[in-house]
Amino acid sequence: MARAVSPRRKLVFTLLAWAVGLLIFFPIYWTILTSFKTEGQAINDPPLFFAFDWTLENYALVQERSDYMRYLWNSVIIAGGSTLLGILVAVPAAWSMAFVPSKRTKDILLWMLSTKMLPAVGVLYPIYLLFIEMGLLDTRLGLVVVLMLINLPIIVWMLYTYFREIPVDILEAARMDGANLRSEIFYVLAPMAIPGIASTVLLSLILAWNEAFWTLNLTAAKAAPLTAFIASYSSPEGLFYAKLSAASTMAIAPILILGWFSQKQLVRGLTFGAVK
Amino acid sequence: MATAHSRSAARLMMAPAVVLLLGWMLVPLAMTLWFSFRKYLPLRGGDLGFTGWENYSRFISSSSFWPSIQATLIIVGSVLAITVLLGLLLALLLDQPIWGQGIVRILVIAPFFVMPTVSALVWKNMFMDPVNGFFAHVWKAFGAEPVVWLSDFPLGSIIMIVSWQWLPFATLILLTAMQSLDREQLDAAEMDGASPLARFWYLVLPHLSRAISVVILIQTIFLLSIFAEIFVTTAGAFGTKTLTYLIYQRVLESQNVGLGSAGGVYAIILANIVALFLMRIVGKSLER
Repeated sequence: MARAVSPRRKLVFTLLAWAVGLLIFFPIYWTILTSFKTEGQAINDPPLFFAFDWTLENYALVQERSDYMRYLWNSVIIAGGSTLLGILVAVPAAWSMAFVPSKRTKDILLWMLSTKMLPAVGVLYPIYLLFIEMGLLDTRLGLVVVLMLINLPIIVWMLYTYFREIPVDILEAARMDGANLRSEIFYVLAPMAIPGIASTVLLSLILAWNEAFWTLNLTAAKAAPLTAFIASYSSPEGLFYAKLSAASTMAIAPILILGWFSQKQLVRGLTFGAVK
Repeated sequence: MATAHSRSAARLMMAPAVVLLLGWMLVPLAMTLWFSFRKYLPLRGGDLGFTGWENYSRFISSSSFWPSIQATLIIVGSVLAITVLLGLLLALLLDQPIWGQGIVRILVIAPFFVMPTVSALVWKNMFMDPVNGFFAHVWKAFGAEPVVWLSDFPLGSIIMIVSWQWLPFATLILLTAMQSLDREQLDAAEMDGASPLARFWYLVLPHLSRAISVVILIQTIFLLSIFAEIFVTTAGAFGTKTLTYLIYQRVLESQNVGLGSAGGVYAIILANIVALFLMRIVGKSLER
C-alpha cells in the first residue's frame, strides 16, 4: 500500500464495514442461534440472544420425525453425481478448446453459454413428460442428469479459462528434455490443471446443492434433496422455528464452508471469465 | 502445433459435451414449440389437436398476463437497482484498508451460499411473521404496530429477500473488478488535487463499467426465473405472480400444457433478448 492511511480513518471504515457485514450476516446468525433454542424460546419476546438453555434436541427431532439423513444423502448424491459427470464430459472438451483452438471455438463456447440462458420454465413440461416416459421422475439419476446438463456450460467455460492460462511452451520444453506423452500429462500438465479443476468442482457442487427449480418440480418423496425437504416447512403444523432452524443450519453449513474457500473462483465461474 | 491428427482428436474430445447440450436444448425446445400450437390438456382429454396461434393469443389476453409482466419487471428492476447501488457502495467500503477485511468479506458473501428455499422460509417465518417474527418484536419494542409483510407489502418483501440473496454476488464481482484498478493512477489523481468524488466519477466508475454491465445481465437472467422464493412465500398470491410462476401454474397446476407452452415461448424470447447483450460483452473478453 503506497498511500499512508491515518489510523482514525482506518478505524472509522473498519467500524462501518463490520457493522454492515454483521447486518448482512444477521439472518444466518439468527438461524444458527435459534436452532439451539427450545420452540418456546425461539418465539420469545423480546428475542433471546444469549440467555437461553442451549439444546441439541431440535437436531435429534428433525432426524427422528422426518428422516433428515435421507434428504441429506439425496443432496450429496445429486450434487456429487452431477458434478462428477459434468467434469468427466467437460474436461476433454475444455482441454481441446484451449489447446487446439479452431476458428469455431469461440462460436461453440458462446453457443454453450446460450443454452444456459434458456429459462427452465419454458421447457418444464417436455422434461416432465420425458421423465415420466423414461421412468426418471422422482429418481436421483434423473436429477443427476438434469443438473449436470444445466451446469455443463458453466463447467466447460470455467475449465476453459483455466486451461487457457497454462503456457503451451512448457510442453515443448518437456519434449526437448525427452518426456513422452504419458509423463507429459502426468508430470507437466496435470499439476498445472488440477487447481483449476478443483475450483470448478467446488463451484459445480455449490450450484447443484442449491438448485431449486428442477429439484422442487421433478421429485416427490423418494429422491427429494434438502431444497425440497426445507420447502415442506412452508405449511407446517404447530411451533416449528427451532426445528426449521436446525434443518436449515444443517442444509447450508456444508456449502457455506465450501463457498468461503471458493470466493475468487466464483467470480470467474459466474461471469464466464468476463471479470477476473 | 495443431496438426490434422490433433484436430480430429480435438473434435472427438469435444463431441460428448456438444452432443449432450445440443440434445438438451433442441429436444425440449421442439416439444415446447409443438405443444404451444396444440390444445393439450393431459387430465381433460389429452391432446385435442391443432389450434394455430390460439394459445399465444389466449395467454396474452388472459387477465393475469399483464399483471405478471408487471410483477416480473418490478421485481427484476428493483432488485437490480438495489443490488448494484448497494453493491457498489459495499465494494468501495471493502476496498478501503480496514482491520479484519477477510472476515468482513466472508460475512458479506455468506447469503449467496444459502439455498433459496432456506432463505425464503427463514425470512418469511422468523423475520416477517407478524406475530412471532423478529421484525414484529422490534416494531413492538418501539411501540409500533407490527407489519404484515407478505400480504401488505408482498412485492416489497420478495424484493427484500431476493436482494439479500444477490447483493453478495454484485458486491463480490464489483470488488474483484475494483481491485484490478491501477493504484498509481488513483494516487496521481489525488496528488493533482482531484476530489474523492471526481476520482470515483472519472476513474473508478469507467473502470467498473464492464463489471457493472456483466452483473446486471447475469442477474437479469437469473432473476427472470426466480421460482423457489415465490413458491414457498406467497405461492403467487397477493400480486406476486411473475411470468415464470404463471407459466408454472398453467403447466403443472392447471395442466393446460398448450397454453403454458405458449407462455414458455414468450419467456424464452424475453430471456434471449437479454442474453444477446450478455453474449456480446462476454464474446469481447474472448478476443485477446
